Amino acid sequence: MVQRQCIAATTRAFSTCTLSRPASRTTPPRIHNQLSHQRRHLHQTQPRTTRTPLTHLQHTFPRRNTPKTRTFTTTPARSHGDLTPPKPGEERHVTFVDKDLQHHTFVVADGDNLLDIAQANDLEMEGACGGSCACSTCHVIVESDEMFDRMEEPSDDENDMLDLAFGLTETSRLGCQVVMRKELDGVVVKLPSMTRNMQASDFAEKS
Amino acid sequence: MLVRRAPWVCQTCRHHGPSASRTYSTAATRQRPIHVAIIGSGPAGFYSAYRLLKKLPDARIDMFEHLPVPYGLVRYGVAPDHPDVKKSAETLVDVAKHGHFNFAGNVPIGNDPGCLPLTSIAPYYDALLFAYGASRDKKLDIPGEDLKGVLSARAFVGWYNGLPEYADLDPDLTGGDTAVVIGQGNVALDVTRMLLAPLDELRKTDLTEHAIDTLSRSRVNNVKVIGRRGPLQAPYTIKELRELMQMRSLGFAPPPEGWDKLIRVEPRKRLPRQLKRIAELLEKGSTTPMQEAEKAWQLGYLRAPAAFLSSNNEQLEAVGFEQQEYDSPVSDLITGDAPTDLNGLRGLRVRSTGAKSLVHAHLAFRSVGYQSTPLEGFGDIGVPFDQARGIIPNDRWGRVISPSKGPAGPLTAGHVPGMYCAGWVKRGPTGVIASTLDDAFTTADIIAKDWEEGTRFLSSPDGDADGTKGGWTAVKREIQRRGIRSVSWYEWEKIDAEERRRGQLRGKEREKIRRVSEMLAVLDGYGRTSYM
Repeated sequence: MVQRQCIAATTRAFSTCTLSRPASRTTPPRIHNQLSHQRRHLHQTQPRTTRTPLTHLQHTFPRRNTPKTRTFTTTPARSHGDLTPPKPGEERHVTFVDKDLQHHTFVVADGDNLLDIAQANDLEMEGACGGSCACSTCHVIVESDEMFDRMEEPSDDENDMLDLAFGLTETSRLGCQVVMRKELDGVVVKLPSMTRNMQASDFAEKS
Repeated sequence: MLVRRAPWVCQTCRHHGPSASRTYSTAATRQRPIHVAIIGSGPAGFYSAYRLLKKLPDARIDMFEHLPVPYGLVRYGVAPDHPDVKKSAETLVDVAKHGHFNFAGNVPIGNDPGCLPLTSIAPYYDALLFAYGASRDKKLDIPGEDLKGVLSARAFVGWYNGLPEYADLDPDLTGGDTAVVIGQGNVALDVTRMLLAPLDELRKTDLTEHAIDTLSRSRVNNVKVIGRRGPLQAPYTIKELRELMQMRSLGFAPPPEGWDKLIRVEPRKRLPRQLKRIAELLEKGSTTPMQEAEKAWQLGYLRAPAAFLSSNNEQLEAVGFEQQEYDSPVSDLITGDAPTDLNGLRGLRVRSTGAKSLVHAHLAFRSVGYQSTPLEGFGDIGVPFDQARGIIPNDRWGRVISPSKGPAGPLTAGHVPGMYCAGWVKRGPTGVIASTLDDAFTTADIIAKDWEEGTRFLSSPDGDADGTKGGWTAVKREIQRRGIRSVSWYEWEKIDAEERRRGQLRGKEREKIRRVSEMLAVLDGYGRTSYM
């Protein structure tokens, strides 16, 4: 029953999304991603009581087992959105707080990094360099000091990039460098508001 | 007013997928898709397009580029040994392949024959977004700037990156063993790295073959990077500094005098984190000790260039500097509040002490920043340009504002309807790719907001602001009518494939084609083209 509701909701949301798309040319991967995330998200919002995590996730990540038919992963940079389903009993929880202070909690597996998780769930986080620690667009702020201390020390490279991030704090990290593991279960990270270019100092008259 | 006609989308989803809900929240007056023309195909243009398509999935976006190839500084500015940063182009491909997006390469903007005038673009669009960056570099305006051996860093960067404009630069790196770089931004450090990096490492990158050839004959083994202000004011970023410090067989020599005083800012602990890390790195020096180094680089501070000197008025022989000192003691600026201190320390000014010094060198690079210039025909479409600041005047969100004439008539500054800007032409030539991304997003968001709120955009020649714009179909006719051989995205992919093929033969990612005529020859065959 739950299953059927789920599909119905999916179809409905999917069709609303597709209305504005052109009929002829290929959907770009990113936007394609969004569509599938919405579908995925709908599944996640269904009541979870009647399902075991395993079936839930099999249902949530249907593409995982059929990589050959995927239309959108040709390069590593574009593979965001492909998350590993967690093994039963090894589900980790991560919460993102967006700039509107909305909380988004996801069940993820060990080994996924925060950038991939955020992008797979269509949160507003960019990874301009494709998650290679060469930019600071995936800056996150870890909410608790304790959790921050449990993470591995950021590398020099990561710190170098963080130094350029807007709104740098004592517990700042790059999302692409934080990999989920047991100790980080329940971690809460904030997404800094994107207002870098509204900083007064950036507009000071240059002499 | 927002009209929601969507049948049903759950609350969470509505929040979650902006594209899904936005489709149904068009203002009553906007029942048709917006047509946007973006001038420039660098990161600012592409990130704006990306964001616009996310916010207004219906948007029709056409991008104009004067070269046959896209990506601007991602292709021609980012150093070849920074492939990670170049990766950002992969994200941009997603945008380019979108069904609502057209790329028109090899279309120069201007009023000359063979160019497309802005007045032939504006009528077919609701909005024009200027994202064409900074195409000039600042001059020092000191004597001797035209001597042989004084090079613009921008030209040098363009040359080793294969920018057609500088295909014939042919810098002479055999005149002596010392080179001076004036300026301490990341471009200055890029130039330094290219001059000193072990060739076997550069060979693996997409550095053009002719650049490798020239660099292999280079005699330069000592580069002095000299700035007007101190180590904590210089605009370099720490990543680039660290790369030089860790470069194989390269030693770092601290400035000849006063280094301790410059770098031991007390209390070090209270410095903002970014500056503290820079100070620590500089103090630690290079991984290769100077005694073991084959090549060396040096930072020089508090020296303003005063003249390029020559005994024969032809070849550069030395650079003259004027000693500077801080306006106020550095330690006075440390209050303990990190953001204030960061701005204060970075902004610290210097003044001349009058003392003069000399550095002997046969090669000098001017690297004191880029500058934007107005496009030909700005006046015809009512877009102003701030010559003093080198930007299009804007309200910081990205709306172009006219300082002298607004919608209510003269003397009231106001938004020029339908005109927007993003990237370096909006905020000046500073910042890393992440800052351009933020900046482009801000502009795209404001276009989307203006569109949804029914703000005035460009009107058609017949004054009809609500009629659907001709967009790509119409502007394509204008391009054809002028005999411009425009390059589509599909055609760029052919050039791209050819470059990769040539690269593969040499065991690297790509070998860039350095001339426009040759790029077009890939598409049209050799011998048939007389372009360029």
